[in-house]
Amino acid sequence: MMQFFQRLGASTRTSFTKLGRATYFLLQTLSGILSVLPRPRLLMNQLFSVGVLSFLIITISGLFVGMVLGLQGFYILSDFGAEESLGIMVAASLVRELGPVVTALLFAGRAGSALTAEIGLMKATEQLSGMEMMAIDPIRRIISPRFLAGFISMPLLASLFSAIGIIGGQLVGTGLLGVDDGAYWSQMQNQIDFYDDIINGVIKSIIFGFVTSWIALFEGYDAIPTSEGVSRATTRTVVNSAFSILGLDFILTALMFGDD
Amino acid sequence: MQHTATQDTLVGLFVAAGIAGLFFLALQVSNLSSFGDKDTYTVTASFESSGGLKIKSAVSAAGVKIGKVTDIRFDPKTYQSVVSMAIETKYNTLPEDTTASIFTAGLLGEQYVNLEPGGSEDVLKNGSKIDITQSAIILEKVIGQFLFKSAEEKAQGDKKE
Repeated sequence: MMQFFQRLGASTRTSFTKLGRATYFLLQTLSGILSVLPRPRLLMNQLFSVGVLSFLIITISGLFVGMVLGLQGFYILSDFGAEESLGIMVAASLVRELGPVVTALLFAGRAGSALTAEIGLMKATEQLSGMEMMAIDPIRRIISPRFLAGFISMPLLASLFSAIGIIGGQLVGTGLLGVDDGAYWSQMQNQIDFYDDIINGVIKSIIFGFVTSWIALFEGYDAIPTSEGVSRATTRTVVNSAFSILGLDFILTALMFGDD
Repeated sequence: MQHTATQDTLVGLFVAAGIAGLFFLALQVSNLSSFGDKDTYTVTASFESSGGLKIKSAVSAAGVKIGKVTDIRFDPKTYQSVVSMAIETKYNTLPEDTTASIFTAGLLGEQYVNLEPGGSEDVLKNGSKIDITQSAIILEKVIGQFLFKSAEEKAQGDKKE
């Protein structure tokens, strides 16, 4: 019995210290962002590896998610004779929920895991300590540009995902299933509000980008510097990001779309 | 990771594509384009009941959307619902004796305000009040009246026999 409490206490203490380290790490990263700005080259390289390389998976997933929404929505709505509302259904679900959430999950899997592995390996091969020996702050040089790149890329990727998904839904709905093209767009334009729906979706994706980049970079920076430690850190990045994204999404939805 | 001109180009294309996606959402998907910062003037109308009318519901004349509902209040003195509507300034020739009615688009559709122009020479201006109104049809009320009426007829029919 005493052992149980001992273990509980120990795990509480370790998780609190980890949270503390993560917060301190975040503050250091944020303060390092200012020193990224005079060196746009660093940011460019990271925008390439974080944003451009995620571009393909995001657009293709967006297209297929939109097409599936078009198909499923059509079958459900046609039961009520409301196929014309397909546009608003596809657009609302993409802009409010699926766009930010699915993009963030894919982003965590595609870019987040790569970031963790990269930083973890840098630590395992003592590149980070080497930088410190040369009086270069690894947080400012390595972490902050990556953080900023993730933070910038996420809203762009999420907007793209939603836009392509809506076009995919239109391809299936009006091309394949014969929903009226005008009704698809006009119902959508009547119902989707720029501030309530689209801006809130963008805010969501910004928050998800912040959290995912933070988790990925911290797990890499905090990894045990062995090959097993790096592999575990990569797994933790994906799992923790998924949990935080879905949990945060619930809270954000409740706050944003609570009262109409 | 060496910097190349290609990399810069790809990053540029990526950022441009993302911003284009956002613009697409703003202009093509949302209602931002249809009622941006167009000039509007406000008129009010009192209804016995505004039914399921909501803020941002459409205001249309002859089936064309010319404005939107901006405010719905309950007037504690007259016990009526006061609906404020913003109408685009380019439609400033609506006569003063215009009738405002609340209609439903389709059987289960959204409710909207329909303006039917009258014959007066004077036109509605900013702050004018529309006097002739017709309330929303509340489906439960209509069904209730119908049931009551048919029961009454049946009772009269029974008496005659």
